Amino acid sequence: MAGVATLGASALLLTACGAAPEAGSTSTAEASDYTGCIVSDSGGFDDQSFNQSSYEGLKKAETDLGIKVNQVESKTNNDFEPNLRAMVSAGCDLTVTVGFLLGDATKAQAEANPDSHFAIVDFGYETPIANVKPIIYDTAQAAFLAGYLAAGTTKTGTVATFGGIKLPTVTIFMDGYADGVKYYNEQKGKDVKLLGWNKEAQDGSFTGDFEKQDVGKQLTQNFLDQGADIVMPVAGPVGKGAGSALKEAKAAGKDVKLIWVDSDGYLTAPDYKDIMLSSVMKTMGDAVEAVVKDDKEGNFDNTPYVGTLENDGVQLAPFHDLDSQVPAELKSELEQIKKDIIDGKLKVESEASPKA
Amino acid sequence: MSEKHPPKHAGGEPAGRAQEPTPASEETAALVSVDTAGGAMEPSAVPATAQSGQLPGGPDTLLRKIFTGSGMVSVLAVLLALIIGGLLIASTDRQVATTATYFFARPTDFLAAVWNAATRSYIALFQGSVFNPRGNGVAAQFAPFMETLTIATPLITAGLGVALAFRAGLFNIGAQGQIIVAGILAAWVGFALDLPMGLHLLLVLVAGIIGGAFWGGLVGVLKARTGAHEVILTIMFNYIALYFLRYLLNTPAFQRPGESNPISPILDPTAVYPQIFGSQYRLHLGFLLAIAATVLVWWLLNRSTVGFEFRAVGANPKAAQTAGINVSRSTILVMALAGGLAGMSGVAQVAGTEKVLTDGVAATYGFDAITVALLGRSTPWGTFAAGLLFGAFRAGAVQMQIQTGTPIDIVLVVQSLIVLFIAAPPLVRAIFGLNPRRRKPARPAKSREAATTGGAA
Repeated sequence: MAGVATLGASALLLTACGAAPEAGSTSTAEASDYTGCIVSDSGGFDDQSFNQSSYEGLKKAETDLGIKVNQVESKTNNDFEPNLRAMVSAGCDLTVTVGFLLGDATKAQAEANPDSHFAIVDFGYETPIANVKPIIYDTAQAAFLAGYLAAGTTKTGTVATFGGIKLPTVTIFMDGYADGVKYYNEQKGKDVKLLGWNKEAQDGSFTGDFEKQDVGKQLTQNFLDQGADIVMPVAGPVGKGAGSALKEAKAAGKDVKLIWVDSDGYLTAPDYKDIMLSSVMKTMGDAVEAVVKDDKEGNFDNTPYVGTLENDGVQLAPFHDLDSQVPAELKSELEQIKKDIIDGKLKVESEASPKA
Repeated sequence: MSEKHPPKHAGGEPAGRAQEPTPASEETAALVSVDTAGGAMEPSAVPATAQSGQLPGGPDTLLRKIFTGSGMVSVLAVLLALIIGGLLIASTDRQVATTATYFFARPTDFLAAVWNAATRSYIALFQGSVFNPRGNGVAAQFAPFMETLTIATPLITAGLGVALAFRAGLFNIGAQGQIIVAGILAAWVGFALDLPMGLHLLLVLVAGIIGGAFWGGLVGVLKARTGAHEVILTIMFNYIALYFLRYLLNTPAFQRPGESNPISPILDPTAVYPQIFGSQYRLHLGFLLAIAATVLVWWLLNRSTVGFEFRAVGANPKAAQTAGINVSRSTILVMALAGGLAGMSGVAQVAGTEKVLTDGVAATYGFDAITVALLGRSTPWGTFAAGLLFGAFRAGAVQMQIQTGTPIDIVLVVQSLIVLFIAAPPLVRAIFGLNPRRRKPARPAKSREAATTGGAA
């Protein structure tokens, strides 16, 4: 303990020996007057989900476009209104709000401040508002590919999924996944079983929140006991619980795989690299940056941005280390399905799909 | 024990001193004996210190010293919290980190940066919770204070509920669940029924209070009839309420038509609290009701027979029973009242600030209410003041985060520190070397007596 303290102190002393900058030296970076702001929901910007992706998109715009960034986290739903109001009065040109819970507060502020622009992630209004641009995703399209991939890769003939809380933005993954498995069975005359979600009944397995990783681990172990070998958790950080259950199973000699969601799990959850089959990605960061760029150039409009396979808003991530385990035939089938979905030959529908 | 204290040691070096109980342990012993009626019964879950502002121990108890302690200690507590909080804020500040790299070349830069970071944050906290000099007009300048009162409203009523149960010796952790059940009923009445102005809001309020009182009273009944522990009951009832709410929000009856997100329709305009100072300030009628509730609880506890019974049961249920008080009835009644008060918080949430029902309806108010009640010494006006303090911190946190970029988690850490020091003056006394233990050594005669009677065991 004392050793650590000494070490820390000497490290501090060493770093404290730098030279002082000359007085009067000023920052020369060319900064734009444009201010982009973001208000999180109670998940915060470290939720490893949509708050984080949207925030990273805005931060990327800060470096790429030289805009100013202002951010505020909400701790409770009570914070939405004061946070949004503070953002507007701080002179934000565009304020990004994250999640359906902010829908009402965003609407109220947008109507009270018609000159300010807003963008809301993962939520669309039934009647569009002139200065709010919804950023939504047809996630079922990419999840369909993941379902087909899982069904084509499973050794046991059983795959599984579970969600965090039963929200449309969660069940849309599970719907697409279920349809992908079903489509595989129809095409190949197989009978791959899906655990954890029943699309017709719109019911399945949920952990109850986006925090308790141990519940995710338990659920995954149950799925493994029932013979599943590929699991797709749609529960933000709870996915790590699934990852650790699968890692233990792999260490015990089982051939198991994980499908990540939201971002490419191979990069964002590197602990599970060796079991990461693929990921169903929503490229929220890119969308947020694009909306900021448009607005900065004076091209704001309130048409919803809908992320699809066509515009790469949703994608199936590369297979990385497990590339060799995916047969070439399956890969070309996935390419074909993707093309069919984009061309509209293959319809992927979910109750939670954005209504365009 | 008496063998260890042979009188012959009295000569020469007073060896007894080492074993003499300090005044602090005497106080503890006194409190333990209050709690357990001299060991004759099981200790209550609620420490005697939380049950009442006026202990039978007279003016010299630990509690008295804590809360009526010299103003000096309170000032030092706030000062200490501000210093430590300031250092924490500074440690997350970018300017401070930059200047730290050349600390030895020009230390003034570093110190100035630390000072700037800390003071900027506290000014923002003040401007966000009390008075903003940059506002347009008086109303806008005091808008932050209105925000403080708004956030304090649910804290005060839920805190009163917890405090009331404390006074009757019940550790009520169930405010969270009571708020949720109240919110469910109040919100449903608010968006599903179509009633004229006035009557609608009244019904929303009544539905919320009944909901909370039902959820709290249920705990009281179970405790009174079966003897199940109220801590376990309330914790479990919190879970039941939360997951029941989540279930309801997934049924069409509680969802907006045509949408599948778990969020209720907006409450009818006739069902929400009117905003006191116009629509741009969130302060609503619920705050005035919170004041009324405080007066009511004060009257109940200090002027009514029922309140006297509550306090008697809280101090010693066995003695209360012997004196002819119906302990079961008191337990049920106090939990129902506590639930009803927490229910007012639920109404303040759905009819006051949010105007919709989501699974975040109770936020963390149910748990903050426990701190508020403890900080307020379980007295009505103490709880009111503590609620205002917490409300100010919450309201100020938003500005602190926006103006200075201090991460909100650090803001909450700083606030917790402040509460910690305010609530634990002995800690502050120890830090500043003001503990009476050190200042004046034990009074020999009195201590010897306590030791021989075995009070410290």
